[in-house]
Amino acid sequence: MSLLDKLDAAATARKALLPDGVGAFGIPIEEIYSSTEARIGDRRVLLLGTNNYLGLSFAPECLQAAHAAIDKEGTGTTGSRMANGSYLGHRALEQEFADFYQCHSSIVFTTGYQANLGTISGLVGPGDVALIDGDSHASIYDGCTLSGADIIRFRHNDATDLEKRLRRLGERALSTLIIVEGIYSMLGDQAPLTDIVDIKNKYNCTLLLDEAHSLGVLGDTGQGLVEKTGLIKEVDFITGTFSKSLCSIGGYCVSNHPQLDQLRYVSHPYIFTASPSPATIASTRAALELLRNGKKLRQQLWNNAEQLYTKLSETGYRLGPEPGPIVAAIVDSPQKALALWKGLLEHDIYVNLILPPAAPENKSLVRCSINAAHTPEQISYVAQVFAKLHTRMLQ
Amino acid sequence: MSENNYNEILQLLCNRLENISNTDVAITPDLSLIDQLSIDSIKLLNLIMEIEDTFDISVPINALADVQTVRDLAELIHRIKSESS
Repeated sequence: MSLLDKLDAAATARKALLPDGVGAFGIPIEEIYSSTEARIGDRRVLLLGTNNYLGLSFAPECLQAAHAAIDKEGTGTTGSRMANGSYLGHRALEQEFADFYQCHSSIVFTTGYQANLGTISGLVGPGDVALIDGDSHASIYDGCTLSGADIIRFRHNDATDLEKRLRRLGERALSTLIIVEGIYSMLGDQAPLTDIVDIKNKYNCTLLLDEAHSLGVLGDTGQGLVEKTGLIKEVDFITGTFSKSLCSIGGYCVSNHPQLDQLRYVSHPYIFTASPSPATIASTRAALELLRNGKKLRQQLWNNAEQLYTKLSETGYRLGPEPGPIVAAIVDSPQKALALWKGLLEHDIYVNLILPPAAPENKSLVRCSINAAHTPEQISYVAQVFAKLHTRMLQ
Repeated sequence: MSENNYNEILQLLCNRLENISNTDVAITPDLSLIDQLSIDSIKLLNLIMEIEDTFDISVPINALADVQTVRDLAELIHRIKSESS
């Protein structure tokens, strides 16, 4: 089979799965009005399919900082962090992340994807082991693959299963990196970090926690699951992204291990790409400050999340195991999931459609991401539409 | 490990694949897991976890890059099991 034939076969398989659902992916957002509203086609829609958890995408402080940076430093750095792409702002943001987590140091990457790719492939290599949660994000899988380490999966959020697999590794546990996430992106559930840390300490291995979806969401100052659980000193490396609560693009790794800095010299995803633009760095710095002091925003976010989770649960939807900013309705088939997704859009609500194999256990998901800027009335409207569509389509 | 052990592994795999494959094809060693048995990546990864538990071994998922057929998978498990004994 030729290379292009393979792509044709993939397209055929996709159409067979969902003949009229191709438009559900990559739908054009034609105008964006605020952190909660946009235009899709001729509809003004309510956005419930973004990762804009704190609603900061139009925060005046972030806009102003980005405008000032673009005027002063231009549109792009045109170079790698290792060459001409480390401006004072990049270094300042790294210091601010280290201060935020009260850690020794941090590294800023160009995307969140590259933060995982660069950190994991810099930490483990051939002969080492990456022991990862089965529901890990693609960036974790890809980082492990790039590293050449042996990749072993444990059952999702199952600390007993993790320990069983570590025990099998024997002495290799010493060169094992356990990788988990603060909040998992598909069902919105949190890692059992206390149990995982106990096991990590028992077997003397290393732990990396990806806070991509939990930064800004969990903990008093928004550090993530490490803050909520009080385990920051027990986690060796924390990665995360700027593209969710911080509303820009980029990624970071923080650690108390002074060796973190050496990753800059061995990590291809850090070296062989241009650094984030000055405007990106400036808006991220402003957003980080808002996030640290955003206790009220976090409270609004959780009020909204709990309101929607409770309503959908009462309506009869099967949801992820716990309330949170990701509220995912689990639907029996891709066809029903598409029908629900379309029904929501017809009622001016945009959410994410997730089909196998992207979702765990071959599930189909209609996933809502909640925003601190959603009003209780908007959440109530969304819950009403879900209830109406449940009666019409899913019973 | 002996040849008997290999045959046991192969038999166990065939039985398990019969349950998770969406096709009516009789499972034989030379069938392709993906093309002929429609075992997608998620099913294969979950099968690997079951195999690890059944044989008390670690099977790195990167080792699956060279696995095309039922026989390839049986040989991989047999090799890892032999090395760990």
